[in-house]
Amino acid sequence: MRLLDLLLCRRQPSSSEIAHERLRLVLAHDRANISPGMLDTLKDELITVISRYVPIDAAGVEVTFTQGRRESRLVADIPLQTGKQHGQ
Amino acid sequence: MAGKVLTITSGKGGVGKTTVTANLGVALALHSQRVTVIDADIGLRNLDVMLGLENRIVYDLVDVVEGRCRLRQALVRDKRLQELFLLPAAQTRDKTAVSPQDMVQVCDDLRQSFDFLLIDSPAGIEQGFQNAVAPADGILIVTNPEVAAVRDADRIIGLLEAEEKGPAHLIINRLKPKLVERGDMLDTATVVELLAIQLIGIVPEDESVIAAANTGRPIAFDDGVTGRSFHDIARRLLGENIPFAPLKEPGFFDRLLRIVRPEGG
Repeated sequence: MRLLDLLLCRRQPSSSEIAHERLRLVLAHDRANISPGMLDTLKDELITVISRYVPIDAAGVEVTFTQGRRESRLVADIPLQTGKQHGQ
Repeated sequence: MAGKVLTITSGKGGVGKTTVTANLGVALALHSQRVTVIDADIGLRNLDVMLGLENRIVYDLVDVVEGRCRLRQALVRDKRLQELFLLPAAQTRDKTAVSPQDMVQVCDDLRQSFDFLLIDSPAGIEQGFQNAVAPADGILIVTNPEVAAVRDADRIIGLLEAEEKGPAHLIINRLKPKLVERGDMLDTATVVELLAIQLIGIVPEDESVIAAANTGRPIAFDDGVTGRSFHDIARRLLGENIPFAPLKEPGFFDRLLRIVRPEGG
């Protein structure tokens, strides 16, 4: 999310802010032993499985890590397609 | 008396483990502690030159382990500090010459006569690292405020947690306050937050560390911001509650203020 903020922001991030963001991601991946590529595959499979039960907005799915104190959490944000007006 | 075994490690090479070990050894000895610094980097010994003791080595750690000498014969006493000893690494062998059990045995023996044993770990996570952490009662993780060093420190913390080794404390070495101010270096708070272990020392980047290594006289012998930062760590290890001081050398205005208001400084 912070990366997104930085991208949308007018201000150029300082190199230490970039270092912080890169470290946050790389540590999360190192700790969970999941590479970014693997996370993409996981996300695709998650979409396939959940779509079997409920219609979801596949493009809006976000699978990310969150960091607590020395624990990583995998968070999947899966927007559902509610109501017929949202159907394709 | 049962001394404490502390292992200084980092994962990444070149972050200043040996410098930290040498200086903490000196600082603790200056606080009247009986200290042995142990070089666990077999085949690439450096702690002896950092301390200026390279010409006085007769036996080394591998000689002790392989029974060619008694443990006391391998200890080199520092010329300047009666309380400080070095157990050198072998230069012509490799890490497989010593096992983790050997290290535990050597430390259990030395523990009886010393307050602190400081083990300088080799870089990496292979056997040399395993040897260095096997006898540890506590771990000091040295890192620099940069991406690669923090990442490797995190990996080491994970490995130590998996082996239930610890507690681990963090030393941030080579901090440049000016770069932090300018936004071009990670600050202490960020590194501590990312690694989520307790901070025990912040050591500024200091060119005089190079001169100290040239002459074999660790900077902790002399007064100055960097030398003091090692003494602060030593005092924290001794249980004192020392606040983390600002790292900047006093500037022109600080000095002026001190002259104008002597008690205010």
